Amino acid sequence: MKTDENKVMRLKEAVEKYVTNGCHLSIGGFTLNRNPMAAVHEIIRQRKKNLHVYAHSNGQGVDELIGGGCVSHLEIAYGGTGKFMPTCIRFRKAVEAQTLMVEDYSNFQMTLRFMAGAMGVPFLPTRSSLGTDIINKWGFSENFRKENPRIPDEKLVVMDNPFDGWCDTEKVVLVPAINPDVTIIHVQTADVRGNCRMEGLTFADVEQAKASRVLIVTCEDLVDEEYLKTDPDRNQIPFIHATAVVKVPFGAYPTACFRYYDYDPVYMNAYVRAAHDDKEFEQFLNDMVYPHQTHADLLDHVGRHRLESIRADRSCGYAKDLDRK
Amino acid sequence: MEYTLKELMTICAAREINNGDIVFCGTGISMLAAMAAKNINAPDSVIFFETGAIDSKLAHIPLAVADPRIMYHTSANGGLMDAFCTMQNPFVGQRVVGILGAAQIDIYGNLNSTVIGDYNAPDVRFSGSGGACDVASFVSRSIIFMKMEKRKFKKKLDYLTSPGYLDGPDGRKKAGLPPGGPDKVITDMGVMGFDPDTKQMILLGWFPGITPEQILDNMEFEIQTDRAVEIAVPTQTELTLLREKCDPHGLIL
Repeated sequence: MKTDENKVMRLKEAVEKYVTNGCHLSIGGFTLNRNPMAAVHEIIRQRKKNLHVYAHSNGQGVDELIGGGCVSHLEIAYGGTGKFMPTCIRFRKAVEAQTLMVEDYSNFQMTLRFMAGAMGVPFLPTRSSLGTDIINKWGFSENFRKENPRIPDEKLVVMDNPFDGWCDTEKVVLVPAINPDVTIIHVQTADVRGNCRMEGLTFADVEQAKASRVLIVTCEDLVDEEYLKTDPDRNQIPFIHATAVVKVPFGAYPTACFRYYDYDPVYMNAYVRAAHDDKEFEQFLNDMVYPHQTHADLLDHVGRHRLESIRADRSCGYAKDLDRK
Repeated sequence: MEYTLKELMTICAAREINNGDIVFCGTGISMLAAMAAKNINAPDSVIFFETGAIDSKLAHIPLAVADPRIMYHTSANGGLMDAFCTMQNPFVGQRVVGILGAAQIDIYGNLNSTVIGDYNAPDVRFSGSGGACDVASFVSRSIIFMKMEKRKFKKKLDYLTSPGYLDGPDGRKKAGLPPGGPDKVITDMGVMGFDPDTKQMILLGWFPGITPEQILDNMEFEIQTDRAVEIAVPTQTELTLLREKCDPHGLIL
């Protein structure tokens, strides 16, 4: 690895090169915040298939990937975006139609799984989910697990505390590590080598990024390498983890990006209306995703007026006067 | 003063929150209940989100636990690892009160937010655990919002997502969970608690205009009602603070 390598790519090329059919993918963000939506739309546009996706609570991005027909397997804690979409709609339809295989974990378990992957250990322990169906019921069959070398034979393992009751704990649940082929995150600022700075909550982006073989970073602002190094306390991911860096203003749109822009209620509501019906959803993709060559084209289609309405107020980091009904 | 059912439910939950509590809240009415407690009866409670924000100012109402509105003016902005470690932490974890909701609940306060029907071929799929199972596993007490319907108060859950008392007084210990468990169930007809010995749900109170019989008619299992009383209606102060301070634009109420 050259330490001064310039990793800047175009989004189309990064997705073409690294997000291959059938690969194991994780995306950053949480429900309606900082999902790497420009990358999600590019994946849908390139009609990637059979992706094995890992998520904790990545609502909008995961639902659009499923709706776009890109996902065959999903390991997840929560599919929803809060008030707009309490349960992700294309996710729900795909599970009910049994066209998507799902394995359920909790948010902490998924976070620990990424952490274990980032640490290079096969599992981490927690006390979460003892006595529940998250342990008892499996979405992936025993056979599927045995035949697939990329996933562990067991979903979770309950174990007696080997330290003999230490910390008043009799039993622990072991959660298996995840090492995705590709993780894609969207951050506020990155430099050309892939150093990253996030603002607001980081969710599990750091763990997801470091667990992954390939890390694609999309960013609002692309800066030269001196800029982030002058205030390094505010950076979370060093360049050694990054594979590709792509500048995509409004790259999390329609989800929010703290101190840059809010979520777009107009898009979210239109999405929910369309997602309930297969034909209308196809039309939604034909309007919002397929015809646009790039994310900038999609933003042109959305229009300056709506982008202005979600622009964050400097004082608080979101759009104070946004109509969110 | 006139009030809506949603306002009454929110205030009932807020009354269960005390100064010193660290309140884990989800979206919608649970977030509003935490904001109401902070503004009405427990100014020294702390609002806390699974996404990693703690002591958020909440100058505007968030519509999701990842809403940028929770990131403004916090004590610390972290991530999921921080939030869940806080709940599993042996010292501060015991101060956390969870506010949860679900599609189904049973007599021991176990919750289903995953599927209706067979897990591998579900009739209805819901969002899944999110952080709910983690909260229910770790924290000392939780408050649960439920709508009163026979198909929601079930003898047997279709899927046990978040642990209550599991199968009885020793359920959590046998499974290896820390002590704790559900404390109150706030519904659209009344409020339930749990018997300290049997850990089974009991009726604590009914809303004005509702009878205990009506509540039992909307449940698949029987609960004791002999300790129940009529619940006090919201005061003018409670309603004014809820409407003007917590949700002035009516986004949730």
